[in-house]
Amino acid sequence: MAEFKVQKTYKEINEKIKKGKVVVVNAEEMIDIVEEKGAVKAAQEIDVVTTGTFGAMCSSGAILNVGHATPKMKISRAKLNGVPAYCGLAAVDLYIGASELPDEDPRNTVYPGEFKYGGAHVIQDLLSGKPVLMEAWAYGTDCYPRKYLKKELNLHELRNAILFNPRNAYQNYNCAVNSTRRTIYTYMGALKPLFGNATYSTSGQISPLLNDPYFKTIGVGTRIFLGGGQGYVAFYGTQHVFDVPRSPNGTPTEGAGTLCVIGDMKKMDPNWIAAASIQGYGVSMYVGIGVPIPILNEDMARFTAVKDADIVTQIIDYGGDYPKGIDRSLGTVTYKELKDGLITVQGKEVSVTPMASYPKALEISNILKEEIQKGRFYLGEPQATFSQL
Amino acid sequence: MIKKRMVLRFSKKTWNQPIVYRLVKDFDLAFNILKASVFPKEASLMVLEISGDEAEFDRGMAYLDSHGVVYEPLEANIKKDEERCIHCGACAAVCPTGALAIQRPEMKVVFDTEKCSGCELCVKACPPRVIVATLSSNEVQ
Ligand code: SF4
Ligand code: SF4
Repeated sequence: MAEFKVQKTYKEINEKIKKGKVVVVNAEEMIDIVEEKGAVKAAQEIDVVTTGTFGAMCSSGAILNVGHATPKMKISRAKLNGVPAYCGLAAVDLYIGASELPDEDPRNTVYPGEFKYGGAHVIQDLLSGKPVLMEAWAYGTDCYPRKYLKKELNLHELRNAILFNPRNAYQNYNCAVNSTRRTIYTYMGALKPLFGNATYSTSGQISPLLNDPYFKTIGVGTRIFLGGGQGYVAFYGTQHVFDVPRSPNGTPTEGAGTLCVIGDMKKMDPNWIAAASIQGYGVSMYVGIGVPIPILNEDMARFTAVKDADIVTQIIDYGGDYPKGIDRSLGTVTYKELKDGLITVQGKEVSVTPMASYPKALEISNILKEEIQKGRFYLGEPQATFSQL
Repeated sequence: MIKKRMVLRFSKKTWNQPIVYRLVKDFDLAFNILKASVFPKEASLMVLEISGDEAEFDRGMAYLDSHGVVYEPLEANIKKDEERCIHCGACAAVCPTGALAIQRPEMKVVFDTEKCSGCELCVKACPPRVIVATLSSNEVQ
């Protein structure tokens, strides 16, 4: 391994946090700092760079332990405000998936469907302190005789409420367009016919996994901002890929890495988790995630100085190729072009809008910055990096 | 000269009277129909962009009053809840008039009510459903 001019440890940085001497900037501010001073000097001066993302992350959900009633019950089927929860766990453990829908939801029978209420709304209601009505059924056993229960759940009364999202914070994501002759409704929003518009969904230069493209500091046990509370990276997320084509700065030019994250819902805040009804597609959940990146050496300073103009993604046709599973890109664009709002697809000028929120992502990076400066948030040293798993 | 986007609500009794024609003829107001849902013998609704002399405009509105037509500016009918807006941008993808647009470089989604035509496409495109339109409810009190 190359010798670094600057070398810091997690312990040293946490020591500085404790003493109130830590120097933290957000990933937007880091761009100019490295440009001005160079990576070595920046790494000497800056200890932590904070990142943020606030986007629709369908692969999310919550583990709830609803506690026992008398007589006791081994719940085998349950609905929360009409939304089915998974019950194939121990007696009173449930998992409510963000994109689950009530059986009665008309889905896309009246196209495009509205998807007014689903699992994400249950989670949002709980976080907002609203009562959620649970109906539960069981077959009854000698130790758990009860067969039916109807009761109101409140977040503060639940024995446990743990947000556990198997796939969040995609490192990079497609830019979506539609080649067909009709408007299509996708998880990337409404796409107008004949390349009528384009959408994309990341916070680009301040996005967590684009600031640590090789997962040198983000691993199992990394402490993160999750939904307004402190959470952890539990593992790599589902569909995580490491071996991908990359730009010279290390950022992947397509999909790539993901995170599986976990955190105590009781400490979260509905400002940073928002239920989403995606027209014609289904229910999803906007999740706010922020990851602090320790500047252990000049390489990390370089990585965290990445800017939109140097991050690219692929333009994918969600009208034809994507649903058919045809792996084809209609071209490469930078996040600078996407954010500026105009790209060229097959010779046509196409206007672009985001699906993820940059303002909220930036706010998360600033909250995290302040929390670290005030000594309320310490870095979690990964117990294993993803490449070791 | 003024130009205003107005929502006019007609009752069961007024739906078939030549009221808009009178606005043109008697008050010299010009109009542009942005939206019309007119049902025979039922409460109906029109969204008009009305322009003309300010005094004549006021007299025209008084005429609507005297004929039982309920009216209000369009802004009162499409509202974005700024507290709950997450600035995702999904509404700006579908808004045909540019009333909902991305303000760069901050990437905030701003709503310019002056440009809104009342098409309501944004209402169901908004994932957290924070845009509320009251146009579709045709009731006249
Ligand atoms: S009602 Fe139509 S024109 Fe007005 S803001 Fe919504 S989408 Fe735009
Ligand atoms: S779609 Fe809704 S939440 Fe998103 S920017 Fe528009 S108004 Fe705000």
